[in-house]
Amino acid sequence: MSARKPYVRSMDGWWRKNPYFTRYMVREASAVFLAVYAVILLIGVFRLSQGAAAYGAWLAALTNPLAIVFHGIALLAVAYHAYTWWKVMPKTMPMLHVGGRRIPEIALSAVGWAATLAASLVVYMLVRGVS
Amino acid sequence: MKRANEPIFWSLCGAGGVLSALVGPILILLTGIVAPTGIGVPPEVMAYRRALAFAQSWCGKAVLLAVISLFLWHAMHRIYHSLHDLGIHAGAGAAAVCYGFALVATLATAYLLIVIGF
Repeated sequence: MSARKPYVRSMDGWWRKNPYFTRYMVREASAVFLAVYAVILLIGVFRLSQGAAAYGAWLAALTNPLAIVFHGIALLAVAYHAYTWWKVMPKTMPMLHVGGRRIPEIALSAVGWAATLAASLVVYMLVRGVS
Repeated sequence: MKRANEPIFWSLCGAGGVLSALVGPILILLTGIVAPTGIGVPPEVMAYRRALAFAQSWCGKAVLLAVISLFLWHAMHRIYHSLHDLGIHAGAGAAAVCYGFALVATLATAYLLIVIGF
């Protein structure tokens, strides 16, 4: 053991001191909700493989008010993540030019947001339509 | 020289990020709120027969595996990197736990989809 005691600055609550960092941490927290949601779906597939009774119990568990509240928070968190995902996308890709002018970042983000809306509509129509 | 394995995890995370940005909110809304409460969709939308037929089709299997697996690769990659922000300077052990969980969940989903049949 070294006799030195180097000073290590505490990291407690650093992200609460600046709204920008708070938004960053809220967005990163959305990953936890996404992971839990994926595990809920995985349990659903597992229960489906066990038969009608087991799957029915899984469906019934989803109607529990706590499950509804969880999905409500997860919806907000993942929707916020989707919003920021497309917002930063232009910064992660090469600049695009049309007619010598750079395509503004907001236009590229708008394509992403429109893609999410279109994909959501398609999924909803498919789920409704097949029934 | 040891090659970095980060690009593999990064690309799985990126694919999951795109997929979750496109269909994450609508899927949570449909399976977690709309279907259980029966608001806006027919009550039998997630009934056993429909869910089974979906999981037995190649298309359904592909959707279920892609959604569960890529959502988890994406989420676990971000959770792993967020540990640093929380002051947990995690090394190879935390990486093994995070990516190991995503890998086990992927294999479990694939196995279950085979068990469910065609």
